[in-house]
Amino acid sequence: MLLGAITTAIPWPVRAELAWNFPAPATPLALDTLQVHNKFMVITLAIFAVVFAIMIYSIFTHRKSRGVEPAKFTGPGTAAQVFWTTVPFVIFAGIDFILMGIPAFHSVQMMQDTRTDADMVIKITGSQWKWQYEYPDQGIKFVSTLATPQAQIANREKKDEHYLLEVDNPLVLPVGKKVRILLTSTDVIHTWWVPQFGVKRDAIPGFIRETWALIERPGIYRGQCAELCGRGHGFMPVVVQAVSEPDYRQWLAQKKAGQAAQAASAGHVWSRGDLMKHGEELYEKICAACHQASGQGVPGAFPALAGSKIVNGPMLDAKGLLVKDGHLDRVMNGKPATAMQAFKNTLSDVDIAGVVTFERNSFGNHMGDMVQPSQVKTLR
Amino acid sequence: MTTADVALEHGYSGHRGVTRWLFTTNHKDIGTMYLVFSLAMFFVGGAMIMLVRAELFQPGLQIMQPELFNQLIGVHALVMIFMALMPAATGFANWMIPLMIGAPDMALPRLNNWSFWLLPPAALLLLMPFALALFGIGSGAIGTGWTFYAPLSVQDGMGIDFAIFAIHLLGISSVMGSINIIVTIFNLRAPGMTFMKLPLFAWGWLITAFMLVAVIPVLAGAVTMLLADRHFGTHFFSAAGGGDPILFQHLFWFFGHPEVYIVLFPVWGVTPHILSAFARKPIYGYRAQVYAFWVIGVLSVVVWGHHIMTTGMPTGALLYFMYSTMAISLPLSVLFFCWIATIWRGAMTFEAPMLFALGMIVLFGIGGLTGLVLADAAADAQYHHSYFVVAHFHYTLFAGGIMGVMAGVYYWLPKMTGHMYSEKLAQWHFWLTAVAFNLTFMPQFFLGLAGMPRRIPDYALQFSEFNMISSIGAFVLGASQLLFLYVVVKCIRGGPPAPAKVWEGAQGLEWTLPSPPPYHTFQVQPRVE
Ligand code: HEM
Ligand SMILES: [Cu+2]
Repeated sequence: MLLGAITTAIPWPVRAELAWNFPAPATPLALDTLQVHNKFMVITLAIFAVVFAIMIYSIFTHRKSRGVEPAKFTGPGTAAQVFWTTVPFVIFAGIDFILMGIPAFHSVQMMQDTRTDADMVIKITGSQWKWQYEYPDQGIKFVSTLATPQAQIANREKKDEHYLLEVDNPLVLPVGKKVRILLTSTDVIHTWWVPQFGVKRDAIPGFIRETWALIERPGIYRGQCAELCGRGHGFMPVVVQAVSEPDYRQWLAQKKAGQAAQAASAGHVWSRGDLMKHGEELYEKICAACHQASGQGVPGAFPALAGSKIVNGPMLDAKGLLVKDGHLDRVMNGKPATAMQAFKNTLSDVDIAGVVTFERNSFGNHMGDMVQPSQVKTLR
Repeated sequence: MTTADVALEHGYSGHRGVTRWLFTTNHKDIGTMYLVFSLAMFFVGGAMIMLVRAELFQPGLQIMQPELFNQLIGVHALVMIFMALMPAATGFANWMIPLMIGAPDMALPRLNNWSFWLLPPAALLLLMPFALALFGIGSGAIGTGWTFYAPLSVQDGMGIDFAIFAIHLLGISSVMGSINIIVTIFNLRAPGMTFMKLPLFAWGWLITAFMLVAVIPVLAGAVTMLLADRHFGTHFFSAAGGGDPILFQHLFWFFGHPEVYIVLFPVWGVTPHILSAFARKPIYGYRAQVYAFWVIGVLSVVVWGHHIMTTGMPTGALLYFMYSTMAISLPLSVLFFCWIATIWRGAMTFEAPMLFALGMIVLFGIGGLTGLVLADAAADAQYHHSYFVVAHFHYTLFAGGIMGVMAGVYYWLPKMTGHMYSEKLAQWHFWLTAVAFNLTFMPQFFLGLAGMPRRIPDYALQFSEFNMISSIGAFVLGASQLLFLYVVVKCIRGGPPAPAKVWEGAQGLEWTLPSPPPYHTFQVQPRVE
């Protein structure tokens, strides 16, 4: 098995250079932590080298095989010994509280100062296993999920350059602006981490946490969720696209137009075929992470949708209201204390209508009915 | 002669065969059981992580699904910490503390039997969900990592419930064992053995025992609250119900950080004995080491917050946890200084125990120094939950913990078995372990710096090379431990007889007894001058 693994491994792109340190910093905070890190590494390596050298010297000179007589001293008795015993103590006190302590104090202050001169605010919501990005001032929000196809993960296809670090909707931010980032979560704790920003902060359900970034250069910056958040933890990338101010304005305008069109389309009457098509795309992106592409779920962890009582049961009562614990209710409002979250917060009317319609008519389910985006809208 | 007399003659309590071990109250029998259990669990935990390293050998999902991956890393950690490292230390305590302080046995022998026999059911509880899942019951073992963070642990499968009960058993066992050790050291010391003459190993354990009694109940409380949240509709850890998810992390790490020192103190206690024996020189700075132990013990319960610096604590709390954590380097520097001063100008020889002790000092030094860097709250935002941390805590737990235990095993094995082990194979074991260990964990520092999160079953392509090196190192490291097993088993089954004083420079009461020591250790209580 080992041999097989090695031979299959050879075609991987062998990179010209290995990374020995933090990736190139893109924010003042990342630059600061890089400098702090480098300084610490020099200090600790120096300490290590000195201590190791003393040990090596002792190991080579104070051997029995060289016929040395062992000394008898037992503790800081003589003045010289007291002096030498206090030396490491004093050195470490100096390093801890002066050499490292003072710059660390300033770094912490800088890291924690999320508000002074902030130019804009974005809100990030983590959920299993996607990030929702919201621009409160602009009234837009969207969901960002892993774009790497399952076939690459299962080794059936060649992996892309940015394997596992690519998303469908990156967060787009302007360069040169201090962005205050608010974080929360809908289910479990996630952590938003972009190494090149020097930023890592937990997204905690029921609480708001904050951090900030001031991106200095345009580019695409990639990171990942850093808190174990269930089976999809390794598949929850963060991608930030930093662009110039005019490009940012243009992107905003486009995004707004797109979102308006979508809202408008919720008013139309949709055909079942269109809803199914839209629903299938969404299902694969969002629902398949737990319920599996086959709809079979994972026994014991995530219920199957194929043949499920809820999916094959009524969803609206005679008055057109939600049936409690019915299919539509479950999708819109989730099930508390489980991984099934309330999707009405993250998905649009069309999305919900599409995905519910799709689930009712796939995996061997034949309900034959559908729900219109406009119905979802009134049920919110 | 009556049967009872015969039994006494032969040195047994009257039970033979299996029941001798089941009902034994003899500190050496119990110590042996702890050590055997620990070794077995070391291989269980090791086998799990070999599977993980095989999965991480290259990018893509190869041999397992993410669920199983998460379960394996969590159970690996729980097994290694609670069932390999801690029982190894307790095994030594049972074997050696009575011998070292001149006591006939542990003070509470029946309690001692209980402390041990709670462990196998705990192991069973922890591992059983894997087997149940094979039969389609439940979704497998605990899948949240060993830290159990709520709310993930509130919604995860029944593996969590099993783990909670396992933790309870382990906790009860540890607290009972600790009480036993405290009582033994306080009451059964030979006349003349004042506290300031107590062997450092006993000191290390005494502080460990106090810490266990202080913090295990906190963990027990936390997991009980979790159990209530899972099944009885309480909301300790759910914001929607008025609780706080971060509360769990505080409770966990209030236990979890001291736990690191709990597993290390006994090892730091053994180290000076070994250094002094093989340098043929008295321990340097005995008092300084005892005081350093105390200072570290006290500091360790007030620095837990450095594990949760990214949760968004107030600035004041971050600064407090940063400076208090850095302060631990001061007493630790005293320990390192004393260790090095103990070998300074000695007449050293390099048998396996000495090699492991020296290797432990060097590698644990790397763990300690990287820990100092981690304390910086701003830089920690970069390291936290990355592979940098995984490398750091393996340098402390594997190098500082397991390698220290191995030093102790080689140091005392001839005393316990009455046979010498094969020095040549033991040396091989050391060098293989040391080299493979670095090959495994050094690349993980770089992986972390480059941005690889921990606990991910699959990774981006830029992390491929280092992961492959790390996996190869791990396979060699794992395989080398089979050599350890072989050396130990061979030594138990025979070998050149060991004299009472196995090592030329060894000091202490335990070396005044024959090897192996008689079943009932001290018939006549020794006196310490
Ligand atoms: C052959 C030796 C070992 C190898 C190759 C090894 C390797 C690993 C790996 C690859 C992980 C998973 C890291 C991640 O993805 O987050 C891990 C986790 C861990 N290991 Fe080890 N390990 C070894 C021995 C030990 C020992 C002896 C201990 C402690 C006494 C230990 C304690 C831990 C802990 C606490 C974790 C964290 C688990 C979690 O994320 O919940 N390991 N180890
Ligand atoms: Cu996550």
